[in-house]
Amino acid sequence: MKMKWVMLIILCVSGPAWAGEARPLADDPVAEARLKHLAVELRCLVCQNQTLADSNAPLAEDLRREVRDMIAKDMSDQEIIEFLVSRYGDFVLYRPPLKATTTLLWVGPFALLTIGAAALVITLRRRAHTVVDVVVTDEEHRKVEQLLAEGGKRS
Amino acid sequence: MSRFLLPLSIFVVVVIFLGVGLTLNPREIPSPLVGKAAPEFSQPQLYDQEKTFSPADLKGKVWLLNFWASWCSGCKTEHPVLMELAKSGQVPIYGMDYKDQRDEAVTWLQRWGNPYSVVGVDEAGRVGINFGVYGVPETYVIDKQGVIRYKQIGPLYPDTIEKTILPLVKQLESQ
Amino acid sequence: MIPEIGHFALILALCVAVMQGSLPIYGAAVGNSALMAVAKPAARAQFLLVLIAFCCLGYAFAEKDFSVLYVAATSNSQLPLHYRLAAIWGAHEGSLLLWTFILTLWMFAVTLFSAHLPETTRSRILGVMGLVSVGFLLFMLTVSNPFERLIPAAPEGRDLNPLLQDPGMVIHPPMLYMGYVGFSVAFAFAIAALLGGNLDAAWARWSRPWTTVAWCFLTIGIALGSGWAYYELGWGGWWFWDPVENASFMPWLAGTALVHSLAVTDKRGGFKVWTVLLAIMAFSLSLLGTFLVRSGVLTSVHAFATDPKRGLFILAFLAIVIGGSLALYAWRAPKVGLGGSFAMLSREGMLLANNVLLVAAMGSVLLGTLYPLFLDALDLGKISVGPPYFDSVFVPLMVPALFLMGIGPLAQWKKASVPDLAKRLKWAFGVSVVSALTLPIVLGSWTPLLSLGLLLAIWIMTTSAIGLRERLAHVNGNSLVERLASVPRSYWGMLVAHCGIAVFIVGVTMVKGFETEKDVRMNVGETASIGDYLFRFDGAQDVVGPNYTAVQGTFSVSRDGRDTTVLYPEKRRYPAQNQVMTEAAIDPGLLRDLYVSLGEPLDDGAWSVRLYHKPFIDWIWGGCFIMALGGALAISDRRYRLAWRRQEQAVPVPTRAARRKVA
Repeated sequence: MKMKWVMLIILCVSGPAWAGEARPLADDPVAEARLKHLAVELRCLVCQNQTLADSNAPLAEDLRREVRDMIAKDMSDQEIIEFLVSRYGDFVLYRPPLKATTTLLWVGPFALLTIGAAALVITLRRRAHTVVDVVVTDEEHRKVEQLLAEGGKRS
Repeated sequence: MSRFLLPLSIFVVVVIFLGVGLTLNPREIPSPLVGKAAPEFSQPQLYDQEKTFSPADLKGKVWLLNFWASWCSGCKTEHPVLMELAKSGQVPIYGMDYKDQRDEAVTWLQRWGNPYSVVGVDEAGRVGINFGVYGVPETYVIDKQGVIRYKQIGPLYPDTIEKTILPLVKQLESQ
Repeated sequence: MIPEIGHFALILALCVAVMQGSLPIYGAAVGNSALMAVAKPAARAQFLLVLIAFCCLGYAFAEKDFSVLYVAATSNSQLPLHYRLAAIWGAHEGSLLLWTFILTLWMFAVTLFSAHLPETTRSRILGVMGLVSVGFLLFMLTVSNPFERLIPAAPEGRDLNPLLQDPGMVIHPPMLYMGYVGFSVAFAFAIAALLGGNLDAAWARWSRPWTTVAWCFLTIGIALGSGWAYYELGWGGWWFWDPVENASFMPWLAGTALVHSLAVTDKRGGFKVWTVLLAIMAFSLSLLGTFLVRSGVLTSVHAFATDPKRGLFILAFLAIVIGGSLALYAWRAPKVGLGGSFAMLSREGMLLANNVLLVAAMGSVLLGTLYPLFLDALDLGKISVGPPYFDSVFVPLMVPALFLMGIGPLAQWKKASVPDLAKRLKWAFGVSVVSALTLPIVLGSWTPLLSLGLLLAIWIMTTSAIGLRERLAHVNGNSLVERLASVPRSYWGMLVAHCGIAVFIVGVTMVKGFETEKDVRMNVGETASIGDYLFRFDGAQDVVGPNYTAVQGTFSVSRDGRDTTVLYPEKRRYPAQNQVMTEAAIDPGLLRDLYVSLGEPLDDGAWSVRLYHKPFIDWIWGGCFIMALGGALAISDRRYRLAWRRQEQAVPVPTRAARRKVA
């Protein structure tokens, strides 16, 4: 029954007179792009592992509405983010702000790299002095190969 | 020798944190509004749309603001606790009907009882956003100066009332 | 009855695992070969017992036995059979059983392919794996028993989470676990070597194929998970830096570092201490991932239902396994020799530099994943660490790693010379820079990131080509085909895996640079165009699936007036738990994906519709599969095959005195 209705509707409306360019969902695509740009870096509070842009939770919809209103009022990104942070805290920001408590978070990766690189260079330098060249001789390599190749229970 | 102990030491620190982490609830987000003035609003009342409900009317009082809705199951859980508290008369409870249908809210209160001195209506959820509500029920303790002193996320339990809310209310009232 | 058999099999498996974890290790310590001989049959028996348990649970699902709590909680009589079977690993208890089953499967594989190992080593390896298995079996039997009865039986089961009712989800967890658990073999090799004090070149040689196999599985597992997120979550994204994704990515990074570090240890005998640490790390991170997913300390889209008792158990288990092995490491590692020397600028040096970068990247992912927990535990506030953080930290760490990837394979072992490298690489460098600068302009938009991505991809490709050409010049053979065939498989493996990375980078770069999306309101007959393609909405109709009802939209897609395809996105409702799912429709292609997902019905028959045009997105997963293919090629190399073939013939060789130290 329903199928018939759908077919009927298709027949009625798919004529060239009706076919047209679909309207964007948002009234103002420019504002919507800005909303999207902001919302992908904001965390939804209800379903906590989605961005505000992706979430379908009612609160996320309300917050998007608020952000749209603020965009319409020509508020800056900074002001909009402050509006949200003052209500929900830093938790809403997927990009944690640089503060005393997040210094380690932002500096950590590069500190890790520096320490690692320094450790590598120092170790290699030290090795160059202490290691007698070629500890694994070709002979030993051959023995490994042989052992592997011969196999068998050797213990 | 010491550098070979480094991985173990890092691991021990991580395990301690993970252990502490087990006792925490990652879903609970502390409100930055605690210690700040409660946002102003003026909302129509549930039973009389002509009248409004505003925190400004409550200056000089210590009171609870409870966000609830007829569609919210946690609100059903905490409802008996609120009824009990209202009966004791130790602190006035004001309700904010959050994103709800008026008639459904009225039916709900009729059925389960009304612990609220006044119920405001926040149909669009704007007051909720200003208070940083992200999941009903949520309850705020507001002092005489209109400053938010405490926020409870999720249902209130008798334990929370006894150990946290009432002592805080007493202390605020004596100020 | 059948579930009780399964339960009983698990109890027996635990008894066997306890024996396997104690007797052979003790036997190896005191040189008692009777005790050591327990290892092999015990491992096989354990495999059989867990297989029985696994089949019992499968049977309970197939037979819709809702008197088993786990079956009632994760399936439904309307659920098709293949999803009922996949529901075995659809939630916590069953996925633990899968974990354990795969662990015993790897054990079984070790018993099959370890005849060439000294008996002490083999007993220690199987012993260590047995100990790991004790932990998991205990975990299941104490707090997560999949065979727990529900009495009286439920008349109808709840349902498998509709998100998981998808072919990708059927194979993603087994693949992922094959990878996670596969690292337990490299881990057990490392612990066995530390216990025996015989960390030698042979140890690295033995560990290599096992590590590579596990790495291949993990690569495919992660790719499948990402692909699933792409088409099932309906947001068109493919990686969200979600804690659970990070939990699978960290062992991958550590495993990738391990694969490369093993090459240095194998070739030069050097950096054994580091390699051992990586082997411990790769498996430890797999275990840590398990903890993060199941304990509920972090919220995640995929996190399983949480229970503090379980969290505590895994944490204790983690502390014992990882803490124990790191303590053993701290005790034994200082006595390990240094190995052969090499210059800073050499193949070895570059492999290690790459290691530093990979481990720094792994550390950053770990830091970002755990940092919110750290702050919360110290009561310093709640923060979120999400994609913007990881993107801005990860990219700068990976860029030098990818650049080195081009140079490393061309550098000589032991000592390379800069002028020589510069001479051999100048063409590759020139071609990469020029095409990276011009290609984006040709494609229509130039951004620094687009250029950088293409630069790295082309750099890896061109340097690989140079490497291959030089290699071909050095092998014997008259025709090109002959010479191509005489290049060792392990070299092909490396080349293919590296090109897989390049393909992956192209995918990421092109998607980030050129993807377009549109949110439109479409009425029947209306059209919307995106990326040269015209989508016409031909209406929506109700369809009925095996365990859901859906509204199915029909979209005719055309390009320049020619029909491309018809797409049928769905909005499904699963009545069992009254959940609504968005099932996107995708037209995949080598150069672009077209992606339609239905939003909400609007008034007068219109729908909100989201359209995506995603250029080159399939290259992301394609690249991952090519990487895994490279790994497969590497382990099919002659020297491993020879070792295995000889092993079969060599079984009757009479035993001689153990030759423990090789190098």
